[in-house]
Amino acid sequence: MSDAVATLRRVATTPGVHASVFAGAFTAGRSAAYALAAPAFVLMLMMLIGPLAGVIALSFTDYQLGAPSFSWIGLSNYHEMFADRVFWISLKNTLTYVAIVVPGAVALGLGVALLIQSGAGLRSWYRTTYFLPVMATLIAMAIVWEFMLHPQFGLVNGLLRAAGLQGHSWLQDRGTALYSLCVIGIWQAVGFNMVLFLAGLVSIPKHLYDAAEIDGAESAWSRFRLVTWPMLGPVTLFVVAISAIRSFQVFDTVQVLTKGGPSKSSEVLIYTMYTEGFEFFRSGYGAAVTVVFLAFVLLLTLLKSALGNREVHYA
Amino acid sequence: MAEIEIRALHKAFDSAVVLKGVDLTIEDGEFISLVGPSGCGKSTLLRIIAGLEPQSSGEIWIDGVSADGVRPSARNLAMVFQSYALYPHLSVFDNIAVPLRMKRLSALQRAPLVGRLMPGCHRTERVIREDVERVAAQLEISPLLKRKPGQLSGGQRQRVAVGRAIVRQPRAFLFDEPLSNLDAKLRVHMRAEIAQLHRQLKTTFIYVTHDQAEAMTMSGRIAVMIGGELIQVGAPAAIYEDPHDIRVAEFVGTPKINAFPGRVRSDGRIEVLGQVLHAITPAPAGECRVCVRPERIELDTSGILSGTVVHLENLGSEAFVHIGSDGMNAPVVARVNDPNQLPAIGASVGYGFAPEAVRAFDAGGKRIATSIAARVERPREMAVV
Repeated sequence: MSDAVATLRRVATTPGVHASVFAGAFTAGRSAAYALAAPAFVLMLMMLIGPLAGVIALSFTDYQLGAPSFSWIGLSNYHEMFADRVFWISLKNTLTYVAIVVPGAVALGLGVALLIQSGAGLRSWYRTTYFLPVMATLIAMAIVWEFMLHPQFGLVNGLLRAAGLQGHSWLQDRGTALYSLCVIGIWQAVGFNMVLFLAGLVSIPKHLYDAAEIDGAESAWSRFRLVTWPMLGPVTLFVVAISAIRSFQVFDTVQVLTKGGPSKSSEVLIYTMYTEGFEFFRSGYGAAVTVVFLAFVLLLTLLKSALGNREVHYA
Repeated sequence: MAEIEIRALHKAFDSAVVLKGVDLTIEDGEFISLVGPSGCGKSTLLRIIAGLEPQSSGEIWIDGVSADGVRPSARNLAMVFQSYALYPHLSVFDNIAVPLRMKRLSALQRAPLVGRLMPGCHRTERVIREDVERVAAQLEISPLLKRKPGQLSGGQRQRVAVGRAIVRQPRAFLFDEPLSNLDAKLRVHMRAEIAQLHRQLKTTFIYVTHDQAEAMTMSGRIAVMIGGELIQVGAPAAIYEDPHDIRVAEFVGTPKINAFPGRVRSDGRIEVLGQVLHAITPAPAGECRVCVRPERIELDTSGILSGTVVHLENLGSEAFVHIGSDGMNAPVVARVNDPNQLPAIGASVGYGFAPEAVRAFDAGGKRIATSIAARVERPREMAVV
């Protein structure tokens, strides 16, 4: 540091050398900057962009896991995929899952956050309780759910019977398997969304509620509409995007509880990818499914950033 | 237009007592300032009047009707907040229109999308638009109506906040330190504008500030609050000239009033730093504080007190000389009207003050009456010799 200062001082006091020395220092600084950025750039290439490019490349091959060779087959994987009934069922189920879990988890997360925020006592207790499903491993929790939803000795059917209603084979019935998974998905996501909404609620200036009260927003609903909801805009957008991406990724509950069944009624994209890639060893086809999945996630991310710039208000 | 009466108001947050029995009657159309150091409870008092905070005990009466249990909006008082509290997601127009929409449109008419289709909505919206535009023209913010608060300067936001307050023609205006976020120059300008607004609207204004200059320059009456109590209520000149308590004397006026340690002698004469003044008091003998405003201190070689100049403040039109004296903790500040005739720093100066400039306070800080002593008669013996 002191060397640099001394150099600068020398340069400053010697007339005529300014331009050349500074130009030299500038080029040197530039290459140093590249050198310093290089490790991060290489790592990013290797860890993030490389695998992505690999998956996309793989989707144009007939590579099978463990096979010594492969050949380029162009869009054949995609042709096959779009002609496959299972893919379309899988895509439809995934979209249904997202369409149910996202609104459910966002609305419930917001509701719980509002309730916790408005109450005075036991705040941290409620926060921790609702956050438990997020912290717990979903696979372990899925086993608990399996017991709860068991047709004969499950808690859910037990309660229904006690209330005089008929039980269901929740996970074994084609009509209810996907929706049961949706409920578990919502249960798991609510806590995470709640924490994000709580953070958003805390950052709303208190004087806006005072102003709303003075301006005549007497009911809790009108204060919510006038202040809370618009001020939560950026948080809501983030929560919706994160919930949607996480719902697209649903896999563990499917794998543990239904294996995509019965008769593909709970087959989802990632599960299809898993079975194709790791059970039937058709890596090329699995990669093509992954590319479709990535396209949806990319679309969501773009949508979020496009909306995000409009939704932020600086006071 | 409203007369607001505050009776025996107490407020405590858990164990912290903020208001200790406040009684105050605010006349219809009056401009009154609640002034005091920060933490004295003035903002809490304003929030209780507004209905944003419930009192622990005591009553608020507005126009002869008890306001207890009446919602803030139903009290029909408007409030301007220190931070303006504009809705950042709404345009200036919508910000000003909020109180009107809340009052004139039903919940169904305010609903998004379908609200527009409700009968009568269009007509009401047209009237609201006219009202908002009228207020915007009055405050000269018409060109800003489409902007968001984030795109406005501090002074413009201030105007929008005032616009939102006046658009619904409230019974009284409550201002909570509205100018403290503005720079000094703009503050002076807005001071004049708010005073002008009061003359125009002739409505009751309750103005909370910690800046005594704002209170002195704008209001008809000042209520000085210190430590949760109203110490003195009166016209600015009366508060300045005739403070009832040493805390009021010290709070009002810049630079601060000079407080000399003094003593009331057994014959009623007042003594300061060992010098006997031409002032007497009926108060009992004992320690006292003798206060004199800077403009009443006269620099004069024949003055009864003396000290060394430690600091000079030349403001161009006037100057303040800070004089360090033995027996004083803080320098004595004297105002000099002609900055061309200032003593040098380090010079010894004599100074004094007329007996009628003295405001004396007892050990408890309460004002004690003083009057000018008759000229001291020479002792008879001296006359004989």
